[in-house]
Amino acid sequence: MSEHAPPTQESEASTGKSTPTQVTDGSTAIVRALENAGVEHAFGVQGGAIMPVYDALWDSEITHITMAHEQGASHAADAYGVVSGTPGVCLATSGPGATNLVTGIADASMDSDAMIALTGQVPSHMVGSDAFQETDTTGVTAPITKHNYFASDSDTVGKTVGEAFALSETGRPGPTLVDLPKDVSFGETDRDPGEPTPPPGSTPTPAADSAAVDAAVAAIERAERPLCLFGGGVIKAEACEAARTFIHEYDIPAVTTMPGIGTVPEDDELCLSWAGMHGTGYANMAITHTDCLIAVGTRFDDRLTGGIETFAPEAEVIHIDIDPAEISKNIHADYPLIGDAATVLEQVHDAIETPPATREWVEQCSAWKDDYPMDYQTPEDEPLRPEFVVEAFDEATGDDTIVTTGVGQHQMWASQYWTYKEPRTWVSSHGLGTMGYGLPAAIGARFAADDSQDVICFDGDGSFLMTMQELSVAVRENLDITVAILNNEYIGMVRQWQDAFFEGRHMASEYNWMPEFDKMAEAFGAKGWRVDDYDEVADAIEGALEYDGPSVIDFHIDPRANVYPMVPSGGANGKFALTEEQL
Amino acid sequence: MSGDDRDNSTPPKHGLAGRPPEERPHPEGRRTSQGIRIDPEAEAEPRVRQAVVSALVENEPGVLSRVSGLFSRRQFNIESLTVGPTTVEGNARITLVVEETEPGIEQVKKQLAKLKPVMSVGELDDDAVRAELVLMKVHGDEPDKVHAITQMYDGQTLDAGPRTITVQITGNQSKIDDAIDAFRQFGIIEIARTGQTALARGATPTTPGEEPAPEGTIADEPQKPRTPAQHSDD
Repeated sequence: MSEHAPPTQESEASTGKSTPTQVTDGSTAIVRALENAGVEHAFGVQGGAIMPVYDALWDSEITHITMAHEQGASHAADAYGVVSGTPGVCLATSGPGATNLVTGIADASMDSDAMIALTGQVPSHMVGSDAFQETDTTGVTAPITKHNYFASDSDTVGKTVGEAFALSETGRPGPTLVDLPKDVSFGETDRDPGEPTPPPGSTPTPAADSAAVDAAVAAIERAERPLCLFGGGVIKAEACEAARTFIHEYDIPAVTTMPGIGTVPEDDELCLSWAGMHGTGYANMAITHTDCLIAVGTRFDDRLTGGIETFAPEAEVIHIDIDPAEISKNIHADYPLIGDAATVLEQVHDAIETPPATREWVEQCSAWKDDYPMDYQTPEDEPLRPEFVVEAFDEATGDDTIVTTGVGQHQMWASQYWTYKEPRTWVSSHGLGTMGYGLPAAIGARFAADDSQDVICFDGDGSFLMTMQELSVAVRENLDITVAILNNEYIGMVRQWQDAFFEGRHMASEYNWMPEFDKMAEAFGAKGWRVDDYDEVADAIEGALEYDGPSVIDFHIDPRANVYPMVPSGGANGKFALTEEQL
Repeated sequence: MSGDDRDNSTPPKHGLAGRPPEERPHPEGRRTSQGIRIDPEAEAEPRVRQAVVSALVENEPGVLSRVSGLFSRRQFNIESLTVGPTTVEGNARITLVVEETEPGIEQVKKQLAKLKPVMSVGELDDDAVRAELVLMKVHGDEPDKVHAITQMYDGQTLDAGPRTITVQITGNQSKIDDAIDAFRQFGIIEIARTGQTALARGATPTTPGEEPAPEGTIADEPQKPRTPAQHSDD
């Protein structure tokens, strides 16, 4: 803290940078840049080339969480960013440290999550010599970062780190990376990096062109079956309130994408939950029959659209997005509105003079909810249904509970059978589909969440096996998280596809054996439960939620359970299958 | 459209209740592979055209690999790429010739503009000034004929020896193509083409918002005297 600042404890607590790092060299400038950006947590793994930066963290107020594997660090930082709304920070050394981050960086890139990765690099004079633990990190990560930097000067490295931080959250968010040669970290400098500033030209204009808004509004006004499609960009732009106001003001039903889960409460009358491959039947019916699709902050991923030719075939498309490159990339936008989601939604809201008459259409959407219910049977003499486990957790926890997942069948059940009500409570790997995301994401989410919020990780047995070493971090840091493994001893989604499309040949998807995860959890020092029957579910959930630390419940579910509805790859959304026979 | 007469209270053991796909109403409309809504009756094939795109970039390390990496990972069809410094210190111009459908060309421009070192992107009109350079090494058995054809194409002889002659021709793409055809009779041993580079015609800036270097700050352009033709292949 500077000499002139009032020495009150309150300001120390609230700013979190009561004693900013003194800049003496590249490393301290890097850490100071992070402090100036308001960074409170960083996730990483030590190693040779990043050691100077870690040494500078020794004296910093930033809390560093040592992960078991760099992939865990990148997922934890990603999830931290998703939950907190500020970029997550991860660190790794050169070579294998950096390459281990790659999956998490690619994941953040696909989901447009703000994140900054700092990687050590061999000293500048050895770059290009195939030195020990040397990898061309900026080369490897160029296609999966918004931008990356190779630091070349101790005097400017702090400013570069600040710029990378700011760029990651400017406009459409995305991961950035700064590669830090050891000599640049060690080199002397006293230059304060200042406040983080994005590079010139990277800050987009928030408002859309007003003539374009008028044209889009005319399309809404003449629509008979308008539908809002809210993507993850709505949450990133903090536009959920604007979205909710808009649909209620004009009685326009809404579907979301998977990353858009939470933009509108799923128990809202106008909300049809999420559309796409495993989305609800009613969401897919609505998207098939709408005549005016108001899409906000979505990139029309193939898992959402199904076959392009049959996507929303009767709809004029209004596409609101901050990134011009997303306009007409996959789906042609009849009315492109380039700008910030909240700002443009308000522009459109204010410009509507004659609201469309939507009563019949809203009733039709409600009828579809009754026609295609997300329902299942729970016969007592049959194995446990995964949907039941998800609903039991939802009932036992509050509306602000954060759910993280791996990737596969369990992810779909967790997204289908939990009723999400708030943004930033659904944390998953969407675009990249990274198995193993769930546990490290729960760790990152735990640090970003309020103490009052529960953090639940739904995982598959296969997914959990991929990153379960991070349980050691949860135990060491005594993190109150609950891992619910929906264990069917299969790579379940692959098994489901093999049954549907590969004549049931379960090549490399069948485990037939799994470790006893409850005992394994105990060996790590966490609490473990195993659940096989319906009557054990409630007690295990209660025990895990009450336990103040990491817990793992190994739910042995019906191995035949499959995910429905399902739009087969490239199929028409409106022709979703409800059973395997319909595929 | 609702299934009011159906009993949805008992879902099947594996799967969900509801009207099967073939019994649901489905609209007739459809889209092209470009996502453009079309008349159900009409057929529409996306037309491919050639576009010349100019990008003004910060000439920082790796900028060329960022641009070429973008083209390969997004499967943009690129015919040629040229790069060189401008009059502004630290800037370079990249000229790309791409062959894409109309939406593809728009994507090329927008994706290029997203790269941080790219300052400005423009597509050149058909009347833009375009030029390309080719070096051709041909057999030296008929030097007079080679010289004559070189003259016909306003070219230059850069190297001449008993076995090979190397000539340089500049011009637009079709002139270069014609010249290459004309030299085939001598047997072309080696060829190197630069690809097209281009500027907008007249006072129109080649990329939007482009400013010339202020007076007196023009970056030094290496003006080496042309080396006299020296023989090297024997």
